[in-house]
Amino acid sequence: MNDLSQVTLSRRELLIAGALSATASAVPSIGAAQTGNAAAAQAIAPVSAKVSFQVNGEVRKLELDTRTTLLDALRENLHLTGTKKGCDHGQCGACTVIVDGRRINSCLTLAVMHEGAKVTTIEGLGTPGKLHPMQAAFVKHDGYQCGYCTPGQICSAVSALDEIKQGIPSHVSPDLNARPLLNATELRERMSGNICRCGAYSNIIDAISEVAGSAA
Amino acid sequence: MRAFTYQRAQSPAEAAALAARTPNAKFIAGGTNLLDLMKLEIETPAHLIDVNGVGLDKIEGTPQGGLRIGAMVRNTDLAADERIRRDYGVLSRALLAGASAQLRNKATTAGNLLQRTRCPYFYDTNQACNKRTPGSGCSAIAGHSRNHAIVGVSDECIATHPSDMAVAMQLLDAVVETVRPDGSTRSIPMAEFHRLPGKTPHIETTLAPGEMITAVTLPKPLGGKHYYRKVRDRSSYAFALISVAAVVLPDGTGRVALGGVAHKPWRMPGADDSLPRGGKAVAAQLLAGAKTTHENAFKITLVQRTIESVLAEAKKA
Repeated sequence: MNDLSQVTLSRRELLIAGALSATASAVPSIGAAQTGNAAAAQAIAPVSAKVSFQVNGEVRKLELDTRTTLLDALRENLHLTGTKKGCDHGQCGACTVIVDGRRINSCLTLAVMHEGAKVTTIEGLGTPGKLHPMQAAFVKHDGYQCGYCTPGQICSAVSALDEIKQGIPSHVSPDLNARPLLNATELRERMSGNICRCGAYSNIIDAISEVAGSAA
Repeated sequence: MRAFTYQRAQSPAEAAALAARTPNAKFIAGGTNLLDLMKLEIETPAHLIDVNGVGLDKIEGTPQGGLRIGAMVRNTDLAADERIRRDYGVLSRALLAGASAQLRNKATTAGNLLQRTRCPYFYDTNQACNKRTPGSGCSAIAGHSRNHAIVGVSDECIATHPSDMAVAMQLLDAVVETVRPDGSTRSIPMAEFHRLPGKTPHIETTLAPGEMITAVTLPKPLGGKHYYRKVRDRSSYAFALISVAAVVLPDGTGRVALGGVAHKPWRMPGADDSLPRGGKAVAAQLLAGAKTTHENAFKITLVQRTIESVLAEAKKA
């Protein structure tokens, strides 16, 4: 990150650079003291690796610290800040993206594990001029308040409908061997990995139900 | 997160050999639990061996009439497999009761078995935890222990195993298949795969260093009605307070296993025989010798009532 000091930094870039260098220098000492793990003695210097994957249809080649999550690669390296970091531990779903057709928590996977993958983020679903039907439905039904969880909610919702279409059952499906139903109970269960602290859940379900209805 | 080197393994035998000869190496599959723990520096591998490219992603029939589930089969695919849904419903139900759709899309069969406890004292690096730092003590025993184990506990650890899938696999007498660093293979019955905490709660399975899970094999279908009843503090996306996995056959016999009560999925030999005598009798067998804390004694009653409820449903249906 040293060469960044030679160029004009935006406030955002400065914050990023500061956070990264603080992390790097803090790792050996704090880590060793906290865990008391014997492995701490074997702490190694940061390692970088190359990875190439498609994001929203475009091939991106990156050289990253191996520790970089897919979420951080999208936000910090590719500047696709639509995908949000909430808890960073797979509990909130704000970081949900679609990889090779499946929704995942981008915070709980390493970027280097996705060589050759096809990643779709909220930026790839639609554009301000041409919204994805799910995006339009969230706007219409007011499926958010602060909006922070919304990109994850929308990516998750698009995949949830796809999973129902594929016949993947859920915890609330009454019959494992029948086609899953498309109702609010199913949608609530299937969306339980996306937390909305503002509590816009009922409008979110209305938005998804509308898209589901027109897709059926 | 601590820095680490990274490589992709091409085959299970190569991965096992690499793991044995590389200091402080770990396999990474779905990564949903390992990376969570690496961010908190509870897990601090110096080398990650990515096993996502080794194959092992198929579910195939066995000559014995059962199924062989590859280690890398994702939880979503296992739960949705037509044969699993039809013949091993308890396994499909258990998987769908766990985590969120996003996590199930990533999490693997082997990784699910190897996931670590969600005991909050294991997760909080400022607390004593014999599982995280052997010999440091256990903050859970005198702490908030509402979610903790009530059977098979030790003075060193009262953590529970968090998996739902593993409870169903134990019920079904599944067998874990592995490859060792020298290329040899072995089969470990589920009942012997996870260990009780005893004096070494940091050693959670009977896997040897470098040994890699390649598959889980299910015996031929049992028939009967399949149930997985999970009781938790919210109705979705939460770990179990307790869970009951059961297969009930038309003649009233069957099997019962419990989750959320022990350091491993919980079955007792005499419990299944008591099934025709009702839920109270089954619970008494399963929970013989239970040792509760002031906060988790309620699990005794909860187990008994949940088994009774499942058996009543089986009778009705």
